[in-house]
Amino acid sequence: MSATPVDTDPSAHSAMEPHRPRGSHLSDRSRAERNLGWRLAMPAFVIMVAVTGYPILQAIWNSFFAYRLTDPENRHFTFLNNYAVALSDPIFWQATGVTALITVITVVVEFVLGMIIAMVMHKIVIPRRTLRTLVLIPYAIITVVSAFSWFFAFRTDTGYINHWFAWLPGIDAGTDWFGGFWGSIFVICLSEIWKTTPFMSLLLLAGLAQIDTSMEEAAEVDGATYWQRLTRVILPNMKAAIMVALLFRTLDAFRIFDNIFIMTGGANGTSSLSVLTYNQTIDRVEIGMGSALAVLLFLFVLLIAWLFVRVFKVDLAGGRS
Amino acid sequence: MASPNRKPRTVAMVATLATVAGLALSACTAAAGSGAPVLTWYINPDGGGSDPTKGGQAQLAKECTEAAQGRYSVKIQLLPNSASDQRQQLLRRLAAKDAGMDLMSMDPVFVAEFAQAGFLAPVPAADADTMTRDAVKPAVQASTWKDRLVAAPMWANTQVLWYRRSVARAAGLDMSKPVTWDQLIAAAKSQHKTIGVQARRYEGYMVWINALIEGAGGHIIENPGASADDLEFGLDSQAGREAAAVIQKVAQEGVAGPAMSSLDETGALDLFSNDATSGFLVNWPYVWAALPGKNVNWIDDVGWARYPQTVEGKESRPPFGGIELGVNAASRHQAEAWDAVKCIITPEHQTLYMKSTGNPAANKTVYDDPEIRKQFPMADLIRESLDGGAPRPITQYYGDVSSAIQRVFSPPDSVDPATTPAQAQDLIESVLKGEALL
Repeated sequence: MSATPVDTDPSAHSAMEPHRPRGSHLSDRSRAERNLGWRLAMPAFVIMVAVTGYPILQAIWNSFFAYRLTDPENRHFTFLNNYAVALSDPIFWQATGVTALITVITVVVEFVLGMIIAMVMHKIVIPRRTLRTLVLIPYAIITVVSAFSWFFAFRTDTGYINHWFAWLPGIDAGTDWFGGFWGSIFVICLSEIWKTTPFMSLLLLAGLAQIDTSMEEAAEVDGATYWQRLTRVILPNMKAAIMVALLFRTLDAFRIFDNIFIMTGGANGTSSLSVLTYNQTIDRVEIGMGSALAVLLFLFVLLIAWLFVRVFKVDLAGGRS
Repeated sequence: MASPNRKPRTVAMVATLATVAGLALSACTAAAGSGAPVLTWYINPDGGGSDPTKGGQAQLAKECTEAAQGRYSVKIQLLPNSASDQRQQLLRRLAAKDAGMDLMSMDPVFVAEFAQAGFLAPVPAADADTMTRDAVKPAVQASTWKDRLVAAPMWANTQVLWYRRSVARAAGLDMSKPVTWDQLIAAAKSQHKTIGVQARRYEGYMVWINALIEGAGGHIIENPGASADDLEFGLDSQAGREAAAVIQKVAQEGVAGPAMSSLDETGALDLFSNDATSGFLVNWPYVWAALPGKNVNWIDDVGWARYPQTVEGKESRPPFGGIELGVNAASRHQAEAWDAVKCIITPEHQTLYMKSTGNPAANKTVYDDPEIRKQFPMADLIRESLDGGAPRPITQYYGDVSSAIQRVFSPPDSVDPATTPAQAQDLIESVLKGEALL
């Protein structure tokens, strides 16, 4: 499972090779193969469009209306007004800033930790499978459950963290982690990092496994230090895997919702874009404004994906860069 | 080889089909045979939970099923704990026209929003008198939308002022007369004691703010029922500034303890049950039943009085809460549902409910019951506070109004009478016009 995004099944490749040989250059046989490929993929494609395309289009359509679920008669077309309101409201930009902050903190820390764990897993031979399963456990836990357990651990009444770390300056039994912005952000990021580092490390492990060990050995023979081998041989050779791992985690982290919803509910200025969207759509039942925010969130995610694919030249299909 | 195998397989298939058909048939006949509709009642969690022997709504559902003698049965479904989660779930089901929800227990502030959207079946004209007979005034007000009764008062909540007799005496406060917030703040400060209030950013803070404004003779919304464009607000007014001044003073004088901005009902009760800080507390009547569980050995020193006055000489308007019962407009069994409501809110059932859960009845006659008077020595005060209570603004936009006020008034130590009420009013106006996010 860990390897899927990196090295795609080669048979799927040959069947769907529409890029290079085009039009009249195609032989009858390869044209037939291409058509067969499309026909085989068509049912899945149609279902994908139906379940993802339709809601996206409906959200875009709804975002042009002032539409409150409890007041359906007053639904009226306002075109881009919802976007204008959202983009000119400081609350929106604050939420965007918080989301970006959480994304940067968690992805950077996860990358460093994930790399370390991946290298340990790569080197250890004996309980290899057991170890890989163990590392995956946090990732298998439902986000809401992990958010609750970290929330309870850090609270002043049920928590044990304050008692364990009372020897640190600034922490005592009454330290209220959820009373301010930075305390809340710290715990939110910590629980996110704990939960998703395994995902990162498994993607990186797949990249590590692709490196030809003879290159490392050659570098070692040439007298390269460990740091030189890491930065000159290992990292450049697994760049594709790193970019894919970073892309996936960045897209995920940007949509953070559960931890914030459970721990602060958006208090102390910790609302992320998803929490803000939830508040408009589910709590205020302002379907129009909620859809507009969802579309904006979608555009942000699209922009991140575009940056990765275009600027960093990540090739998702081939795992090459 | 094939033929001997095929036979048992065919037999098995026929047997399976027959069983499935039989089950389906028996299910049909069971449904058609009994014919009695099952009413689903979504209840807020109370002291009885889902146990039909604890005197909670679960027991009322069971008793009303028996009283219906087979005409219908009432089944309960528990809603989440917090009022805002309850609203979200009810709203989602109502908006989706979920016919699987017949009856619901609603916080009074949900009624206007649901009724305006056409989600609530109006009370049948013939039953309106029965439903509101002897009910306290604010409960009837909160159950009415645009001159039409759309819900039935079940129980009604109000806050009273709880105090330590010894502290009041030492501070020279005469508790036999109405007291003001200013007097309380001075008394708590001079005795180094606290006043338990609710000032966390949640609905309880809105309850306090509304009671203060109403107590100063103002109203957050001047014309309840108006549409978004015509709503007139009374926050940016003398009454709004008087209310903000009380909050500012409580925060500045430090009489609400060190963590005023995180105080909710439980936190305020903890301040009051701790002998070192215990002075005054504004809170719901459940406090009386909760104090013995907090290892309080000075229960004889606990007194109660009417909610404090915002402005001296102007009668206070205690907060109002509770539960109203509504019937889903999408329900296929509305007649049976209203019949069940009539059964649930009989004075006998309200008495049972009050005795078992501690939630005060909406029906005034319940307070004459000798057992109730024994269990609740402050029964007369509760009834008086309920009748003089002020509901929170009755508007279809209540959720937005409340969230906006909570946001601008938080944290309490930033409240400034000169600017906060005006800012809150501005925010509500722009949110309702769709010009700001919440």
